[in-house]
Amino acid sequence: MGLTLAEKVLARTSGRAQVTPGEIVDAFPDVVMSNTATWRSIKQFHSVGVNELRDPDRIVVVLDHISPAKSEVDANNHATIREFVKRHGIKNFYDVNAGIAHVVMMEKGHVLPGQLILGTDSHSTIYGALGAFGTGVGFTEVTSVWLTGKLWMKVPESIKIVLKGRLSAGVFSKDLMLKLIGDLTANGCTYKSVEFCGDLTSRLSVSERMTLSNLAMELGAKCAMVAPDEATMKFLQGRTSKPVEMIRPDPDARYAKEVTIDADTLEPMVSCPHQVDNVKSVSELKGVKIHQAFLGSCANAKLDDLAIAAGILKGHSIHPNVRMIVTPASRDIYVQAAKEGIVATLVESGAMITNPGCGTCAEDGGTLGDGEVCLSTGNRNFLGRMGNRNSFIYLSSPATLAASAIRGEIADPREFVK
Amino acid sequence: MISTLSGKVIKFGDNINTDLIIQGKYLRSIDPAELAQHAFEMMGKEYPQKLKQFDILVAGENFGCGSAREQAATCLVGAGIKAVVAASFARVFFRNAINSGLPIVECPAAVAELEEGDVLTLDFDQGRVVTPKGGHRIPPLPPSVREILEVGGLVPYLRRQFHSQTSKQ
Ligand code: SF4
Repeated sequence: MGLTLAEKVLARTSGRAQVTPGEIVDAFPDVVMSNTATWRSIKQFHSVGVNELRDPDRIVVVLDHISPAKSEVDANNHATIREFVKRHGIKNFYDVNAGIAHVVMMEKGHVLPGQLILGTDSHSTIYGALGAFGTGVGFTEVTSVWLTGKLWMKVPESIKIVLKGRLSAGVFSKDLMLKLIGDLTANGCTYKSVEFCGDLTSRLSVSERMTLSNLAMELGAKCAMVAPDEATMKFLQGRTSKPVEMIRPDPDARYAKEVTIDADTLEPMVSCPHQVDNVKSVSELKGVKIHQAFLGSCANAKLDDLAIAAGILKGHSIHPNVRMIVTPASRDIYVQAAKEGIVATLVESGAMITNPGCGTCAEDGGTLGDGEVCLSTGNRNFLGRMGNRNSFIYLSSPATLAASAIRGEIADPREFVK
Repeated sequence: MISTLSGKVIKFGDNINTDLIIQGKYLRSIDPAELAQHAFEMMGKEYPQKLKQFDILVAGENFGCGSAREQAATCLVGAGIKAVVAASFARVFFRNAINSGLPIVECPAAVAELEEGDVLTLDFDQGRVVTPKGGHRIPPLPPSVREILEVGGLVPYLRRQFHSQTSKQ
């Protein structure tokens, strides 16, 4: 019987020729990423009472959630992490200036097609944009992998999502994902491996695929993969010297379900408070006043996202009732956005730029007041996500965000694109 | 792991996410008792106290969806919750519960007929749950998972594993 992408990765990493959905295997991940939560894994490491890491070269640590430190406690946790990576020879360490772990991981060549990558963050599904099996685990599991090199995993069933047609001007991969989440619900792919394919998928850039794989977490997916192709190879050029495996699903692989979505008729979509699957089209929400616009997060703060927002904002001013916060996903993106004049355009329009990292998405600055509304390019709008249970978060693409920041209310970006 | 347990049920609805269970700002702690002071605070100030008066948490579909924060499971342990029964779980929460030594049972039929305050019995040896309205079968836990639960979570499991390895050498 043929294997899906996820089955192939789990078979290889557990040393087997064949795996079947539902089966539990001991898998040896290629990379284990931990973010600001690393100090917790260190605490657990000490409480186990062993002194050695099995393979420090498979470990990547990135400080992204609260960066730089905001309190004594954070500062001491960061210091614990810096001391630990030094003592144990963990070379792949990125400090508070690097950006969001997921994006840094991919930019710095720590994610390759066919790999199994575990991370202390649920949006580790994003690594699927490069054809890797990325999935979130708890911080104690990271400790366990540090020590034993392996983790028990249940082989998921796979769901095929076929993306076809063309995205019209002003409509993006974020809108596609919000539509899917609205249709399939937050529970739509729980425990499942999602495989994106179809003619539209192959036309999307790696950055746009990151948005797909990232948001697939909000369908409950365990991982969300795109088979590697030319775009993948182009992205990896200069980022890795390791051989790249062009992993493919077998033609007779079995899928629990197949879903097709046609982009031709798609409109810009918005997710409404307080659940990601509460999705409406932008036209149904026109006129909803906003107080804050957050262009950030691992879902949509990459270079193309900033460029799209800047393209709409150019020559306009942000509405006086709106404060716009821009948090580039990584330092590399920030530098490039500065070189290309994107930063200047954003700041001239009235936006403020913060240092790369999770920022407002992780309740680190940008807290909302009672009754206030934030439109965000992030991936979650849960009650109180931005620190106040009496506030409201909507999610959209960077284009819808920029248009809405100008108007002071949720607005259709197609009115701004020619 | 205890082979059977009984207790009073606190009931929640569908899609209870990890941000509702424990807010991001409390993640600076990993101490179960300290975290329990803030469990479900987002749903109302009275919740952390209320939770302590119950033994088994019952919820609808997709319990624990959202972030990978392990504290969503440990705060329940700190509040004295002995098991969680839901119609379905988000996968990272499922793992985190096991790794925190918190027994976890998927049983939509039991959830549908339970009300807050009911007494529920979980029998892991027989693979059954018993509500005031009747009994339901539950699938057995995989052996590797049961092993972790039996010693009270992943840290004790690792401790045991490494300790017995060193004593063998
Ligand atoms: S940007 Fe937001 S969703 Fe992404 S890793 Fe950071 S906190 Fe999580």
